[in-house]
Amino acid sequence: MSAFLQYLFSGLTVGAVYAIVAIGFTLIYAASDVVNFAQGEFVMLGGMLSVFFLGLGLPLAGAAALAVVITIVVGVLLQKLAIEQARAASPVTLIIITLGASNVLRGVASLVFDKQFHSLPAFSGSNPIAVGGATILPQSLWVLGGSIAMFVGLWLFLDKTLTGKALRASAANRFAAQLVGVNIGFILVLAFGLSAGLGAIAGILVAPITLTRYDVGALLALKGFSAAIFGGLGNPVGAVIGGLVLGVIEALAAGYVTSVYKDGVAFVALIAVLLFMPNGLLGSKTVDRV
Amino acid sequence: MNFVRTLLGCCVAVAGTVVIVPTAFAADPIKIGSVLSITGPASYIGEPEAKTLQLYVDQINAAGGVIGRQIQLITYDDASDANKARTLATRVTEQDNVAVMVGGSTTGTTMAMVPVMEGAELPFMSLAGSVNIVEPVKKWVFKSPHTDRMGCEKNFADMKKRGFTKIALIAGTDGFGTSMREQCLKVVGNYGITILIDQTYGAQDTDMTPQLTKVKNTPGVQAVMNTGASGQGAAVLTRNYGQLGMTGIPMYQNSGVASKAFIELAGPAAEGVRLPAAALLVADKLPSSDAQKPVVVGYTQAFEKATKQPVSTFGGGAYDGLMMVVNAIRKANSAEPAKIRDALEQTRGFVGTAGIVNMSPKDHLGLTVDAFRMVEIKSGDWSLVD
Amino acid sequence: MSTDELQGPARRALNRDVIAAVALPVLIAVLPLVVSSNYVTRVLALVWIMALAAVGLHILMGLAGQISLGHAGFFGIGAYACAVLPTRYGVPPLVAVLVGIAASGVIAYVVGRPILRLRGHYLAIATLGFSLLIALVITSEVALTGGPDGTDVKRLVIGDTRLTKPIAWYWIGGGLLVVGNAIAVALRVSPTGRALRGILDSETAAASLGVDVALRKVQAFVIAAVYASVAGSALALMNGFVTPDVANFQTSVEFVAMVVIGGASTPIGAILGAALLTLLPQLLASFHDYQEIAIGLIIMLAMIYLPRGLGPSFGRLVGGLVARRTR
Repeated sequence: MSAFLQYLFSGLTVGAVYAIVAIGFTLIYAASDVVNFAQGEFVMLGGMLSVFFLGLGLPLAGAAALAVVITIVVGVLLQKLAIEQARAASPVTLIIITLGASNVLRGVASLVFDKQFHSLPAFSGSNPIAVGGATILPQSLWVLGGSIAMFVGLWLFLDKTLTGKALRASAANRFAAQLVGVNIGFILVLAFGLSAGLGAIAGILVAPITLTRYDVGALLALKGFSAAIFGGLGNPVGAVIGGLVLGVIEALAAGYVTSVYKDGVAFVALIAVLLFMPNGLLGSKTVDRV
Repeated sequence: MNFVRTLLGCCVAVAGTVVIVPTAFAADPIKIGSVLSITGPASYIGEPEAKTLQLYVDQINAAGGVIGRQIQLITYDDASDANKARTLATRVTEQDNVAVMVGGSTTGTTMAMVPVMEGAELPFMSLAGSVNIVEPVKKWVFKSPHTDRMGCEKNFADMKKRGFTKIALIAGTDGFGTSMREQCLKVVGNYGITILIDQTYGAQDTDMTPQLTKVKNTPGVQAVMNTGASGQGAAVLTRNYGQLGMTGIPMYQNSGVASKAFIELAGPAAEGVRLPAAALLVADKLPSSDAQKPVVVGYTQAFEKATKQPVSTFGGGAYDGLMMVVNAIRKANSAEPAKIRDALEQTRGFVGTAGIVNMSPKDHLGLTVDAFRMVEIKSGDWSLVD
Repeated sequence: MSTDELQGPARRALNRDVIAAVALPVLIAVLPLVVSSNYVTRVLALVWIMALAAVGLHILMGLAGQISLGHAGFFGIGAYACAVLPTRYGVPPLVAVLVGIAASGVIAYVVGRPILRLRGHYLAIATLGFSLLIALVITSEVALTGGPDGTDVKRLVIGDTRLTKPIAWYWIGGGLLVVGNAIAVALRVSPTGRALRGILDSETAAASLGVDVALRKVQAFVIAAVYASVAGSALALMNGFVTPDVANFQTSVEFVAMVVIGGASTPIGAILGAALLTLLPQLLASFHDYQEIAIGLIIMLAMIYLPRGLGPSFGRLVGGLVARRTR
């Protein structure tokens, strides 16, 4: 039983990381139909910038705040300088643009920072908490809590505030939203900025567990995207559930089946789910114009 | 008076010509090619190698070069991709016309480049780990770092000494981790040790507690050995080890965990971990009578001063490779590839960061298992085991 | 269905494709006259091989409008068929190539039937997952495939010659590309091609016109897989060595980028994209740390300012110049 519990904790820890990245994907997609593959780089920037400022002598809180602010600026620049310019392009083209952007961000990071692995201090120490024969790190709880807080905040924002509803409106039908007075430009900047900020916070939360480096963005983006799809693209609840489930499947596979193919098992599960639920676990049926 | 002055003038002129003319002809630099994984998953290996090569080429050139000629180092980044490495190897041999290559950060990129170097008949000093690079011996291919098999043997010998006969093996699925695991499985029987459980983890994974839980729940495990190198994987694994309260079971790492950064990242759980290390890692702990001490201390100081980063055995391997090539050029008094190759094969008593190298036509590595030092992490620092 | 009934832009597009399909072999034949270095020959051979795979992906993405982030999976199957079968089972290399094609085709059919019911991003992830699985199997079955460090590939021997020199693969790759491109152009105007383009425009409309959408999509998927498999085999045989990188996510993304940057609407686009993404890293090789930034920027700028791709944009440029001249 304690083995199962340990696998579960491992899965939730890893899954929370995926969930937190997936939320960023979901937010931008919800606002603009763009799948932003540079999302992983926002997470990387959060962690690496914090390490950088810590190295300069700032306290953790200050370094983290500065890191988040800079990442938000990067996100806004990405939207204004790249996505906005290519506004009429096809979805695949936009994906390629964000992939190019992630290359650029990674390259710049490798020059400004170094190529070593770095850690951040855990927020409340690293003494494992024992639960029923298994252990979980306090930082994992921070990550889990953080992703739930983000998701709740996002859900409240999208559902209960006027700006949030405007954001969902501009994704549903940009023209109609403009007709009723929604400032699309602002909405898009908001979506990217917020996504970048959330990504940066995610990076700071997970770096004490996963370590960070200039190139961690690519794999995170891949896993986060998979989680977002799994849960249903565009749905914040789906992002969190998708991430957690993906992480737990990986951990259970590693524990009970084979550690070699654990990623494979997770993907087979993902594909199997998609075959029965083509819009993800919680995705809504999309309506296409014919 | 006039006659003496004219004679003096003529002598100066002749002397000047004798000095100037040869240096004008000596401007032809010796080209050394280097295809390294400066970016990509293996960049933690390639970057210190690139920095080391540049540092020492600059130093050698400032001191007058080799056999009166400057060295021109031509470096390319293969982004940890074997296909790119292959193309760049063709470029370096055909376009840049190098005399010798010091490169190949990983076994994959090395093996992809071997056919090109052998075809072009240029000596190739590889910086990668697998024993397959020099076994079977290839005429033009040499290697400077210890092999993965030696890493296994060193660890197993130490386990045998401590009376461990039943162990767990956990391996990273990257190139180094997999090839070392293969070698360990081959030689483990020679030490009377059985592997009770054998797990793997992805080199970029961030949590290995499931695998370690399985190890923890396997009765009778006396020690755990990790064969995965990637800077992140080994550190995360060790942290997980501590998290699960397994530090009572001795852990052995491998030589790919090659720098102080590991101790920093792995935290308190690294205490008591043992691994086979090049003398470079314990430079300041070596007795002054140790032949390697001046070399490793010198390299450590130079590297850390220039890059502000801790030394790693990857950079050390690059140093050894470059120096052996430079010595071979000096010995052959020529930059002709065939002559460099012959001189390399005759390397004897070369004191490097990895050990003392004695090559032969059958041995293009020249190191023995004893070149490895067994080290243990104590109080956040390396310490020599006996 | 004859091509005489095509009019206007469709006719011009066809003309452009046919002209390009004729210009291609001429280019391939002429280049060796100006290029003598082994290195450049090798890079060009690489361009032909990657372009072949990209043209296959164009058929799936540009004709049928289905996105695949898993193209490298079939590339890898073709490459490893040539690596594993001759050395471990004594199969002659050419037979191994055919086995690779058969395997890719069958797997594409079996996997494609269920997966292609998905749309857009969901399809992308499913194809991605499937190719990750292939890469995982290749990396993990060390005894069979040599694992992450890769394995030697027995060279192709024709008559008395071992085909190791880049120039041999320049011709082989070039020849394969010419054939592959011709097939792609012909496909476009064939009934199959028209059905696929109907699906690209609107699946529902196509279905209402009697197109068996599911079958056609799988057809395109299988054809793309075969192209990739042949290209992968060629790469393995040319290099004499293969590593699991050939089947990884990055390679899949590269293929997609080639198709999109070059222009998904025409096979020549795939070839141009392949040329750009293969030549760029070589041109920027001395820039080391700035290489990734430069490539990323070029990709972004190309996509922002030439959203239809290089091919159509050049086509329009040339067409505009010609029109102005002939006025």
